[in-house]
Amino acid sequence: MTIEFEAPKPIVQMQTVLQTVADNMMRPVSREFDENEHTIPWNYIEFMHTAMKSMGGSGGLTPRDEKPKEGTEKRPPIGYQLLAAQIEMLAWGDVGFYLITPGGGLGGAAVQAAGSPEQRAKFLARFSEDKPTFAAMCMTEAGAGSDTSAIRTKAVLDEATQEWVINGEKIFVTAGDKSFTEYEQFGKGFIVVWASIDPSAGRAGMRAFVVEAGTPGVKIVKLEHKLGIRASDTAVISLVDARVPYDNVLGSPTVEKTTTGFKGAMATFDATRPLVAASGIGVARAALEFVKEKLAENGVQIRYGLPRNKQTSVERDVIEMEIMVKSAWLMVLKAVWMADNKKSNALESSMSKVKAGDVTTKVTQKAVEILGPLGYSREFLLEKWFRDAKITDIYEGTGQINRLVVARQILGYSGSELR
Amino acid sequence: MYSFEPNEEQQMLVDAVGKYATNDLRPAAHEAEESRELPKKLIGKGWEIGILQASTPEAYGGFGERSAATGVLAVEEMAFGDLAGAYAVMTPALFATPILLAGSEEQKQQYLPEVIEGDWRPFTAALIEYAFDFDANALRTTAKLEGGEYVLDGEKAFVPFAKDAEAILVYANLDGQTQGFIVPKGAAGLAVNDEREKLMGLNALPLYRVKLDGVKVPVSNRLGGEAGHDFGPILASMQLASAAAALGVARASLEYATNYAKERVAFGVKIAQKQAVAFMLAEMATEIEAIRLLTWEAAWKMDAGKEDAAASAYLAATGAADMAMMVTDRGVQVLGGHGYIREHPVEMFMRNGRGFAMLTGLAIV
Repeated sequence: MTIEFEAPKPIVQMQTVLQTVADNMMRPVSREFDENEHTIPWNYIEFMHTAMKSMGGSGGLTPRDEKPKEGTEKRPPIGYQLLAAQIEMLAWGDVGFYLITPGGGLGGAAVQAAGSPEQRAKFLARFSEDKPTFAAMCMTEAGAGSDTSAIRTKAVLDEATQEWVINGEKIFVTAGDKSFTEYEQFGKGFIVVWASIDPSAGRAGMRAFVVEAGTPGVKIVKLEHKLGIRASDTAVISLVDARVPYDNVLGSPTVEKTTTGFKGAMATFDATRPLVAASGIGVARAALEFVKEKLAENGVQIRYGLPRNKQTSVERDVIEMEIMVKSAWLMVLKAVWMADNKKSNALESSMSKVKAGDVTTKVTQKAVEILGPLGYSREFLLEKWFRDAKITDIYEGTGQINRLVVARQILGYSGSELR
Repeated sequence: MYSFEPNEEQQMLVDAVGKYATNDLRPAAHEAEESRELPKKLIGKGWEIGILQASTPEAYGGFGERSAATGVLAVEEMAFGDLAGAYAVMTPALFATPILLAGSEEQKQQYLPEVIEGDWRPFTAALIEYAFDFDANALRTTAKLEGGEYVLDGEKAFVPFAKDAEAILVYANLDGQTQGFIVPKGAAGLAVNDEREKLMGLNALPLYRVKLDGVKVPVSNRLGGEAGHDFGPILASMQLASAAAALGVARASLEYATNYAKERVAFGVKIAQKQAVAFMLAEMATEIEAIRLLTWEAAWKMDAGKEDAAASAYLAATGAADMAMMVTDRGVQVLGGHGYIREHPVEMFMRNGRGFAMLTGLAIV
């Protein structure tokens, strides 16, 4: 092992390709889809599906399983690194669009992390078929946000039919509409619903269920109107006596006195938090680059290398923003590098999310301030990035929840020792 | 490829330095700070680990190649023990490393073996000047070519071990460029203040004000020889050392505060079990990690000869100064009133933490 920061060639090549996608398919229509919430950018979705299929074969933003070609030297795995870099670049283009890039998304990630090999084969194959296909994660409820153990949705086994009967209501389901509603243009998707099979067992009773699109009893109740990421649909989904085949439960169908089911969800977060962090950093980088560009147009140069007390306040701000964005990105890289190398990254993963949540909000807020009326105007995308950025510090664990995870890790405390 | 693990050789060095930092530097730190005196033996023991020796090629008396990445690892570890002690041990590098980086072949042969072989001796460098807007790229101390010699005029501040120095690498402004000049002991016009500098921190480190009043050195004493040198990589290496030292001090503060918070009971629980305290610790750890990666990347860029290495080192050092202040301030805060008492080292870490914004030039990787 060694310390090295040379971006692997596949990452550099992919970044070049996606930058073109961002420049041509995202930025020009970014404003349009922000102003027309809940319209679907079919062109982008179709294009990305075709492109990803031809590139990676998986037809979605999932880490590639690399099988070394015969006779070639075995390279260290970079699946998650590549994925994080992809996400960062797409989010640089438009984070709302990135969130509706077809593929398994967080639902697929849950199947990947907690499903059996059979389940993975059965549920994940669809993403590489002809039509763009979506999956979503249904975790949050009105009364259960960061405290996922408060989930009230129930799944009861109907012994006669050997089906799970699910009742409850889920909110904040990213891409919930595209995953569940059967659009002609899309393949059949699914949602992964977290429910309790034994409410008396607390977290030990928590399981994830794959619920296929169009399942009777499941309804998209509404699509939320949001501060930002408006191209991405956020659904409220109700389940009333929704029947799901026995084999659609991820993990053990019986309750042991352990919390493995819940830990499955948390393990998913270890994998996905740095990726969400990456999406925030893409937005922050976009804002920072825009500010530097506008300042340069107006004849303001950033004099690097000067002592601080000789710099203007704007210079100091921009330099500080650069430090934030660069260091946050390196934290993401380390967390996903650890994931690629099968190192436990619970600490690094949450740290990268804490940092990215801070950085993304601070950098975009400062960027708007620096550009004054230009920053606040909807003529430019900067004000949109400010709005898009804020979600980074909220979803996939708020900054506070992730601080809690980091603190427990560095203190060696359990959840009961540090609540 | 991305990779975030020191290699085996680096890890061995880190372990050796870490042992010295924990077992020798740290236990001596409080007494050294209070008495303004570092035991000679302590410095000697640190020197024997051979950080500088291992980054100097055999041809010049050492046994390895310089690597900025290895350097930042070693400096963080050393500064974790004690900043003043770390700077003292590494002072000869202030003289030797710039020669290694930018010196002429003649200068390397003449000076490096003398510094490297044998015991620790006070070879040093003078960069900082006593002005609020001190800028290493716009020095007030001047060098002028007169009659085939360079004439140095001005005043340098915070020069480690200047009093007994065998030689000082003095940086001066030559036609708008910062250039180094080797000034031997006892040069005419060179005056070291008798009284040591008195600073907010680093009291164990003997620092001096140095006056240069028409000090003449031959052209061959200009760093790099007649043609001179690029100051950029030298400054960048100093900035990397500053960033790495900031990491060490911050880590020391975080560790002390963490241990304290896990012992101290209030309202029936350890204070670390309170989110208000736990979140502070989590944020400190996060900032340290962020700046560490920025520093590693900059060091790697320097080793790999990347064009933007100097810019990255500047960003790392700038970020590190803020990080160190934030972390060491909170280290005191976690201990509350006890943090304010000099029996605990967190107040010293905080005083040291403030220095990184203005003390680039006291160490180099």
